[in-house]
Amino acid sequence: MAFKKSAVPFSGTPEQEEKLRKIIAEHKDDPGALMPILQQAQEIYGYLPIEVQTIIAEEMDISLEKVYGVVTFYAQFSINPKGKYKISVCLGTACYVKGSGDIYNKLQEKLGIAGGEITPDGKFSLDACRCIGACGLAPVLTVNEDVYGRLTVDDVDKILEKYN
Amino acid sequence: MVNIKINGVDYAVPEGSTILEAARYAGIKIPTLCYLKEINAIGACRICVVEVKGARSLVAACVYPVNNGMEIFTNSPKVIESRKTTLELILSNHNKSCLSCTRGGNCELNELCVEYDVDINKYEGENPVPEIDYSAAHMYRDNSKCILCRRCVAACGVTQGIGVIGANERGFATQIASAFDMGLADTACVSCGQCIVACPTGALAEKDDTQKVMEAIADPTKMVVVQAAPAVRASLAEAFGNPIGTNAEGKMIAAMRRLGFDKVFDTNFSADLTIMEEAHEFLDRAQNGGTLPMITSCSPGWVRYCENYFPEFIPNLSTCKSPQQMFGAVVKTYYAQKLGKNPEDIVSVSVMPCTAKKYEVARDGQAAAGVPDVDITITTRELAHLIKKEGIMFNELPEEQCDSPLGGYTGAGVIFGATGGVMEAALRTAVWKLTGEDDNAPIDFKEVRGTEGIKEATYNVAGKDVKIAVASGLANAKKLLKSVKSGEAKYDFIEIMACPGGCVNGGGQIIQPASVRNFTDIRAKRAEVLYGIDANCAQRRSHENPDIQTLYKEFFGEPNSHKAHEVLHTNYSAKKLYK
Repeated sequence: MAFKKSAVPFSGTPEQEEKLRKIIAEHKDDPGALMPILQQAQEIYGYLPIEVQTIIAEEMDISLEKVYGVVTFYAQFSINPKGKYKISVCLGTACYVKGSGDIYNKLQEKLGIAGGEITPDGKFSLDACRCIGACGLAPVLTVNEDVYGRLTVDDVDKILEKYN
Repeated sequence: MVNIKINGVDYAVPEGSTILEAARYAGIKIPTLCYLKEINAIGACRICVVEVKGARSLVAACVYPVNNGMEIFTNSPKVIESRKTTLELILSNHNKSCLSCTRGGNCELNELCVEYDVDINKYEGENPVPEIDYSAAHMYRDNSKCILCRRCVAACGVTQGIGVIGANERGFATQIASAFDMGLADTACVSCGQCIVACPTGALAEKDDTQKVMEAIADPTKMVVVQAAPAVRASLAEAFGNPIGTNAEGKMIAAMRRLGFDKVFDTNFSADLTIMEEAHEFLDRAQNGGTLPMITSCSPGWVRYCENYFPEFIPNLSTCKSPQQMFGAVVKTYYAQKLGKNPEDIVSVSVMPCTAKKYEVARDGQAAAGVPDVDITITTRELAHLIKKEGIMFNELPEEQCDSPLGGYTGAGVIFGATGGVMEAALRTAVWKLTGEDDNAPIDFKEVRGTEGIKEATYNVAGKDVKIAVASGLANAKKLLKSVKSGEAKYDFIEIMACPGGCVNGGGQIIQPASVRNFTDIRAKRAEVLYGIDANCAQRRSHENPDIQTLYKEFFGEPNSHKAHEVLHTNYSAKKLYK
């Protein structure tokens, strides 16, 4: 089985851990405590790596798999941090029919990562997103705050070069 | 009682029943896939749907309670059509290599597809082929055959309180796997195999070691000896169409002989040996200020659980090897010496109701003669498979007896396979010893029998109270240990078995479908076989076994002697939960 640990090493600080433990202690006996704890943990760390999920599992006396199952069920949680450059490819209807799926695939291939992952150097992360309201420019992708529209697969290399 | 109508016929059924239970009461079997009594009532698979008059849609019979005046239709065209469609959708991404599936002839999905005349290729969809997880020593997971019923998840999380498997991702991408998709071997899995016996299809199975056994038998330079655990004889016959609770001992021995084993022995013998060591270890701890409560160590699933989750109790674990390993150790030392054979020329095979034994044979400290005590271990299911494959007509076999000298046993040895059995066997010898070797000391300790998850009792022995507890199923073990840890409960001696009901309900036993498990206590029926054998034994205390007496005279000297420690005892270490 492919172990889905994040490619980027964990760099949590003692302050972050202290904050997390405090939040768990506050919520742990509430019914349905796992969701708010995960949400706040993601706020602290920006994502939910195995190190963070392990602390949550141990403190709540539940299995790591139980935590991971919830994390992977909800799109709001990520097991990978975001890169220096966050690439989002719109897979909304208009962009999709204009070929954004191919652009997304090309990016996965070029970066050597799947959607939701980060390159090991921490530079790029890739996500699919739903309609960003720029259908007139379809197909669209964003890199941090920059918007790129009316794209073809051949534009991908040029865009990535800009951030190198 | 409440009055209901099922398919137009009036019935009075117990209040609080589900429709599924009420229908069963009325002699109607409603099919189920995801439902497992007490642990998995999630109404998810939709196979058990029925029509209830006045309800907006079909309801799931496994979770829907009956109420007075309810009118239920279990077989209307709407119901049948719905079940059929559900099955066809399940098959749309199912690996249909059924012809040689390990669960061929014993697959709950297959049986329903035949009953409901499904078109197996009705929906051709995307068919991703998930990677098979072969990482664990004892089993593999092939998710191409998984129907996401979550029975394995409940067995692991609820029954055993471990939860190393669960549903990851969502929708079409949902997979049953471990956290971060790590291989099972890298998790805190204790190898109990309760997930395998819960699985309705061939998604989960033990690793098949039957080929290795037949190769060893075919090798003329090797002497191949076999031992079969007590619980195997309480389940094996089920694989050949016999009712649950059939004693297969005589035919099992005959079958193993016909498979070509050079010597057919019995783990019951080494269960007696375990008691000699363990009862004396307990007496020594109790009388000389050793660590109490002492906890049994026969169940490798439990031992691993203790090392994973309760390392603080490692000093409490009896240092005795399990009966399987003691047997192997005696074969490779005493028996090899007796025959003047090099232990390397002996292949020691075991047949176990247990998948954790496949993990146990490779543990450290299980090689008394410098070679593994047990070379190959197969489950009850694998033995049944071998018997069929080799064309042995099991039901026609004569009843035979084990070879000597490692095949004779007492009643104490045979009850090892049921929860409470190890405790009772140990008490028989310990109490006899404490009462000045009184042959009239009690033999039956009925308080520790039965399938209840946690049992406790206090016995006054020679003026002293001995407090004991017995737990089976690891969720129960956890509860018990927590109460010991907090000081809330105090015991002198605790027996723990990983599987609920003990080895008779082990992860390597013949698989009974949910339609049987939900309505029959297979643990109790199989345990009856063992207690029946015990009641008919001429000797019922381990120390009365003449072969055991000879073994001590010729080889070990005394129980817990230096030599016994070298050969029959082992050690434990705390394990990390995740690699």
